[in-house]
Amino acid sequence: MARSLLVRGLLAGLAAGLLAFAFAFAFGEPQVQHAIDFEDHLALLRHEPPDPELVSRGVQRTLGLLTGTVLTGIALGGIFSLAFAWAYGRLTRFGPRATAALLALGAYLAVTAVPATKYPPNPPTIGNAGTIDRRTVLYFAMIAISLLAFVAAVRLWRELAPRMGSWNAAIAGGGAFLALIAAAELILPGVHETPGGFPADVLWRFRIASLGTNATLWTAIGLGFGALAERVVARHDPGRAAVAVEA
Amino acid sequence: MSDATLERSAAAAPAPIASPRELLPYAIFAAVLMLVLVYFVGAEQGATSLFSGSYVHELVHDARHLLGFPCH
Repeated sequence: MARSLLVRGLLAGLAAGLLAFAFAFAFGEPQVQHAIDFEDHLALLRHEPPDPELVSRGVQRTLGLLTGTVLTGIALGGIFSLAFAWAYGRLTRFGPRATAALLALGAYLAVTAVPATKYPPNPPTIGNAGTIDRRTVLYFAMIAISLLAFVAAVRLWRELAPRMGSWNAAIAGGGAFLALIAAAELILPGVHETPGGFPADVLWRFRIASLGTNATLWTAIGLGFGALAERVVARHDPGRAAVAVEA
Repeated sequence: MSDATLERSAAAAPAPIASPRELLPYAIFAAVLMLVLVYFVGAEQGATSLFSGSYVHELVHDARHLLGFPCH
């Protein structure tokens, strides 16, 4: 059971990694290159020697990017399948495909979109090498806070739903989530390291491309895993088995 | 097919398919694997370094930026 779902999660994750690569290559890479050109231009003005290229840009933007998105896709797909195995029949009353889609939407919001409102993705050139330790800790802390707040909000919703009705409980849960996130974002220190003169258009397009890359990854995991897992679920859930046989 | 499936699936309420006890070892394994993979894509040779040099960082450099991890 867990094994069959895990295998499908890894497969959906692999496919999602490939799609995320395609999206990132088409929409993200041009912005990364603009940012690197800006960095090189600054170095030239300061008469600094250019950084030695350990891995060529050609490899970075193809094989390197592919390695990163595929490994991330497989890792997230695997953990997603286990979260699904727990959530199905417990968290919602929806069928397998809707459960997978909702779970992926929740993951995108909690792991990518909400943390990005405090610590948005940045292209090369932005961010001082000297503050990488601090920025890394803050970034992962914000993801952890967002995930915990999301779990707390879902629990609150489940707790209140029988008494208040599903809609009111969802508004209460969503309100609690927003309050927790707002408090965290007011308390955590900001990171403002964009160098003067960096083109605002490039920054905007890079961030949209980065959100799009993550959205591609989670959409493909949610919909792909839902499609692959439907029959596994039918074999193990008696109610769904009847549905599958009759259909 | 799709119409029939929709009607009947509304009638049959989904039931849990896996017990937490069965899921736990898989969950621990997958969580550890996920942390290791995300660490290598997102943070190795950035804030911390298990391997010296910066080959890992340079190879996954673009993915690190585009997936939203802090870099440089």
